[in-house]
Amino acid sequence: MTQDPNAKVGIEASEIGANAAETGDRDLSHRDTDVVDDHEVVHAPLDFHELAEQGHAATALDPDAEPIITIDNLKMYFPVKSSGLVRRTVGHVQAVDGVSFEVPRGGSLGLVGESGCGKSTTGRLITRLYKPTGGSMMFEGHDLAKLSNSEMRPLRRDVQMIFQDPYTSLNPRHTVGTIVGSPLAVHNIVPKDKILPRVQELLEVVGLNPEHYNRYPNEFSGGQRQRIGIARALTLNPKLLVADEPVSALDVSIQAQVVNLLQDLQREFDIAFLFIAHDLAVVRHFCPEVAVMYLGKIVEIGDRDRIYSHAHHPYTQALLSAVPDVKQAAVGGRRERIRLEGDVPSPINPPSGCRFRTRCQFAQEICAKVEPPLLQIGKRHKVACHFAGELGSHPATPVTTDLLAIDDQGTPVAGATPTNEQLTIPGYEKTWYDLKSKQTTGV
Amino acid sequence: MTITSPSSTSSPSDVDGPYLQVEDLTVTFPTQDGPVQAVKGLSYSVELGKTLGIVGESGSGKSVSSMAVMGLHDAKSSEISGSIRVGGTEVVGLAESRMRKLRGNAMAMIFQDALAALHPFYRVGDQLAEAYAMHHPKASKRDGRRKAIEMLDRVGIPQPDRRVDDFAHQFSGGMRQRVMIAMGLINDPSLLIADEPTTALDVTVQAQILDLLQDLQREFNSAVIIITHDLGVIAEMADEVLVMYAGRCVEFGTTKEILTRPEMPYSWGLLSSIPEVGASTDARLIPIPGNPPSLLKPPSGCSFHPRCSHRDKVPGDLCFTELPALTPASNRAGHLKRCHLPNPEEIYRTEVLPEIAPDLAEEIR
Repeated sequence: MTQDPNAKVGIEASEIGANAAETGDRDLSHRDTDVVDDHEVVHAPLDFHELAEQGHAATALDPDAEPIITIDNLKMYFPVKSSGLVRRTVGHVQAVDGVSFEVPRGGSLGLVGESGCGKSTTGRLITRLYKPTGGSMMFEGHDLAKLSNSEMRPLRRDVQMIFQDPYTSLNPRHTVGTIVGSPLAVHNIVPKDKILPRVQELLEVVGLNPEHYNRYPNEFSGGQRQRIGIARALTLNPKLLVADEPVSALDVSIQAQVVNLLQDLQREFDIAFLFIAHDLAVVRHFCPEVAVMYLGKIVEIGDRDRIYSHAHHPYTQALLSAVPDVKQAAVGGRRERIRLEGDVPSPINPPSGCRFRTRCQFAQEICAKVEPPLLQIGKRHKVACHFAGELGSHPATPVTTDLLAIDDQGTPVAGATPTNEQLTIPGYEKTWYDLKSKQTTGV
Repeated sequence: MTITSPSSTSSPSDVDGPYLQVEDLTVTFPTQDGPVQAVKGLSYSVELGKTLGIVGESGSGKSVSSMAVMGLHDAKSSEISGSIRVGGTEVVGLAESRMRKLRGNAMAMIFQDALAALHPFYRVGDQLAEAYAMHHPKASKRDGRRKAIEMLDRVGIPQPDRRVDDFAHQFSGGMRQRVMIAMGLINDPSLLIADEPTTALDVTVQAQILDLLQDLQREFNSAVIIITHDLGVIAEMADEVLVMYAGRCVEFGTTKEILTRPEMPYSWGLLSSIPEVGASTDARLIPIPGNPPSLLKPPSGCSFHPRCSHRDKVPGDLCFTELPALTPASNRAGHLKRCHLPNPEEIYRTEVLPEIAPDLAEEIR
């Protein structure tokens, strides 16, 4: 098929490319199989049990882990400018509005929600790609929210990010070696001649062939590119990794490879993850703790079991019921689900009170008047809803009235004082508000 | 056969057997580096009122095969052989002028990326009306607009009489997908192909769209092909499943059969590489090692063998040398698999299931 004269003479393979480029006729067929197979060091283990051993079960929770980063009342308002010559600010997109949580050292917190709920913005605030409008982010004794760009620079090596789209987050004109090695050069960590060995070491860690540092991203498949992105994030030994939809752009079979890799890395290097994704099943597998966001606010946060088996917020319940389940095949037909009508309201002008009330089937007058606080209702479980309860047993009267000193319609009760001192701390208290007895209880 | 009135092709009564019948379909793209066989010897059929799910990785030939059904491959740059019969009409080799009469009328397609599939400069109402007018030459402009509003209403877009004059970018992702569905259904097609209809959408919106597709299918009694890589969507939508790998069908059967008793290691791999919301937390996530093969140089024998972790259980080197035939699986009607393993059912039950779903394995025992 090819007219390449070299094929007959038998010149070394490396020279064929150069020559063929001149004739304009390249036989890429051998390179194509190369692209698919040879970049990865690990070859298919043939035994299924061996393969199964490499796969991980869901990550377990370490309840005593200290927080590595404490986010308190974080806010990000993007200005909306008017059109015309004088561009005045006419409003704000309240992308993130008072979010508080902790990520445990070496652990992982999942952040889920529909698109536009502010989960990616939260991730970008933590990596300080945006400067927050308000709130604090305490990381190793520094408040990341208040640091200037130059003060932030040395801390950037501890907080790194993995991006969603492996096709656009790698510079196509840089070799893999440059991409993975440039953090080392920027931070002056190792002398120039030591960069390459470190790059090769990193490529090996993420399961790529270390000899391929000289290739360009376009020579790798999607899953392999995501591995390059992960290697780049690991270069500086970060303590916290923000993974923004790290697997959603990948094929199903490749997703599992990358999730397993991230679990390996977390164990080996003790990295904390803020794992942002809209795929509830992947988050459940990777994160022992999950926060659910809706329109810039956390509506429910808790450990895996509380969120996935005992969700108390109507929005979490609706999200979970919407996930198609493979097990349904045994039964046939569709699962019973909670239908959420309409779309997410605009974050420029969010609904008053509870932001979910416009789509909530339990919404009453109080929901429009008073914003529900993020109330701790279990050892590791907080929920922001006036009518918090498990599916099918939502209470008929608001559960928050005593705490907020309001009546069932949301009007303040004269003379009563709110008793919610500890409703807004980022972590968990030792005592919590028991929904059944309406009392503060402990262990 | 002359097509004068559009209804003559879409009327299901004059068709015996399945509405869509694909037999031994092969699609080849000649490239500079040699022919790429994107689909090889694929056969399936879909009856009216039934849903077929096609699963597989990217590059497995899912979309290529259904685009062949729609006649969307350029005859100059592709070679299609085999037979595709839509409502009794042979589509392979059909002249473009006659194909155009079928496309959008007897069969329609819903694409994955609605923003890319809708024209950015035309109002959605005009695009819908054009699809209607194309197959109803006698319809006036007002009829087209009325029909467009009716369809937007049918797919659940609020205030359809106002939204009909909006542009595609003014809709949210879910609404845009609804417009796509409205456009697909405007001529009451008997065959609807949905190519990853919900992949880019949030779970809540996905649920809405799937509900809508199912309601509309019941209403129009159409045959639906749903292409996806989400096995959860397949489980809830499809009656039958076709698993594709490297251009070939590797397993076929009813949804229940394929998802509860799969007999082909690739299907096992697909099931084990996705976490489930309801699964036990002890379940392992076992990826399929490696990457999909290059179709320029497909592997010898079974095309899945380089990634298969069960090939050591096959005697000799059958997997390397011989392409397994699509044979009936252990004694169950309608379940076909393409694999050399002598006792796949047992391997799945005793080896694979305990790793990927410990709770299910307990139940079965």
